Amino acid sequence: MPASIVRIRELVKEYRRGAEVVRVLDGLSLEIAAGDFVALMGPSGSGKSTLLNLIGGIDRPTSGEREVEGLRVDRLGDGALAHWRADHVGFVFQMYNLLPVLTAERNVELPLLLKNLPREQRARRVAAALQLVGLSDRARHRPRELSGGEQQRVGIARAIVTDPTLLLCDEPTGDLDRKSGDEILDLLQALNREYGKTIIMVTHDPHAAERAHRVIHLDKGLLREDPP
Amino acid sequence: MAPGPWLNQLAAITAMNLRNLPSRLGTSLVAVVGIGGVVAVLVSLLSMGEGFRAALELSGSDDVALVLRGGSSDELSSSFDREQVNVIVSAPGILRDARGAVASPEFYTIVDLPMRSTGTAANVPFRGVTSRAIDVRKGFRVVAGRMFEPGKDEVIVGRGAFAQFGNVDLGREVTWGSHVWRVVGVFEAAGSVSESEVWTDLTVLQGVYRRGNTVQVVRARLTSPAALATVQRSLEGDPRVNVSVRSEREFYADQSRILITLIRYVGTTISVLMGIGAVFAALNTMYSAVSTRTREIATLRALGFGATPVVVSVLLEAVVLGLLGGLVGGALVYFGLNGYQASTLNWASFSQITFAFTVTPQLLVTGLGYSLILGLVGGLLPGVRAARLPVTIGLREL
Repeated sequence: MPASIVRIRELVKEYRRGAEVVRVLDGLSLEIAAGDFVALMGPSGSGKSTLLNLIGGIDRPTSGEREVEGLRVDRLGDGALAHWRADHVGFVFQMYNLLPVLTAERNVELPLLLKNLPREQRARRVAAALQLVGLSDRARHRPRELSGGEQQRVGIARAIVTDPTLLLCDEPTGDLDRKSGDEILDLLQALNREYGKTIIMVTHDPHAAERAHRVIHLDKGLLREDPP
Repeated sequence: MAPGPWLNQLAAITAMNLRNLPSRLGTSLVAVVGIGGVVAVLVSLLSMGEGFRAALELSGSDDVALVLRGGSSDELSSSFDREQVNVIVSAPGILRDARGAVASPEFYTIVDLPMRSTGTAANVPFRGVTSRAIDVRKGFRVVAGRMFEPGKDEVIVGRGAFAQFGNVDLGREVTWGSHVWRVVGVFEAAGSVSESEVWTDLTVLQGVYRRGNTVQVVRARLTSPAALATVQRSLEGDPRVNVSVRSEREFYADQSRILITLIRYVGTTISVLMGIGAVFAALNTMYSAVSTRTREIATLRALGFGATPVVVSVLLEAVVLGLLGGLVGGALVYFGLNGYQASTLNWASFSQITFAFTVTPQLLVTGLGYSLILGLVGGLLPGVRAARLPVTIGLREL
């Protein structure tokens, strides 16, 4: 059994909505093995995205422990957490979240700007990432000149360009038609199988979840797992 | 973090912000125009003070002594008879030539003329002079018509007064009191305060005003600026006269002080008040700039971009807008007002003085500096808000 890359213990996340306190995650514990492809499912408001954001270090829990690759990320300050994200996590968003004023290659280059890399090396890595997602010929296009599926490929290229261990995908096919969605899932599967990326994917689409090795259901802040 | 990545981040976010500018042209223009207007008002008010100072400073020479009755702070309240004038002009330290002492006894009074712009009456200095008057002034030249003839009821008008006041066209007759004068010439005097005056022959003016042989002031050219002390010692210790001796420059510096202080005070107050308004325009612009990019900023933060580059980039954009406003306002005043002739009341002599708006490089720098401060203040709060907004909330924005 491969070592766990993500360990979560007794994770609680509460939001304050006026005077009311809403508990989204209720003492949740979870381990994810390195190289795994996990689908997180559940109804709207079940806390899927919250859990993903907590694992990715862009949100802080009310209580509980988070450990990624042996590092207690909940003990990092904001600055250190930002560095850690830049080095270890790739995010793929439902709405792609590309910067509309930048070309595809400039969008992909963004995470590399956080590293001390010479321009030529950045350009090489951007070209490699775009080739991997099959968009070498679209490098100079701006997002509005690309289809939804192509934009999501750029989003994936941006997520993998720093070669992170963990890919966190929030409804990556949620805004795509079935065909484009399948192509994105093929790509994620290939990244998992051939490049050993650990993928955690939030989805409400059972068809997408079928591609994962492991399906976890979140409901009312608690976990329930499909038998393998 | 090493400076390389930090600068990369800043450059990337700032470039993104600036490339977004065209899509936010309307709100950005509001900030530019708002700040530009404030800078224009500030620079034009200060350039007025600068022009006023220049007019009075040009009038004053270090090597011309101005002799007034002891205790008088201005020409109107001073008076000497002929014997006293003779004592004054014989003082050591006063330059002499073949015609004797280079000294100009002058009769000074005030008459009224209608302003060309509004038609309202304004006080204009009316000076009776001898041929020596031009020996104690710089750059005197008749530019239209001719010099008045001694003994005749003729006047010449300074260039500034000619431009500002009506009823003084060449050949025209003008009545002051019961006396009719004919305008025969227009003169310039190196942009000095003399150009705000009307001149005539000393003896004619003394006769019309029934003042016998009294004058108000004696201007005397010194052998050197250092000779002022000699003249002061000699005359202020002489029991036959009661005088105060100052250099002309010092006299005019005192005269300009009240108005320059007033202009600076009013200018600064108005600019600060308008500045508050402009800051709100800049704030509004930058808040809307930030809010339209909330998701983009949150995405960058999720990727690992720091909060500081976000704040700094918003500030940079606000400063760019502010400086643009400053340039527009400064250029507006420079090309629209620099050199424009105007007149105002000289509070020290209660007469009108004409001057030109003078936009100096230093004033433009002051204006740009102010626009920079307005931009910074306008960008600070939106920048901090952008950086502090939780990433998870920002990512949900459309």
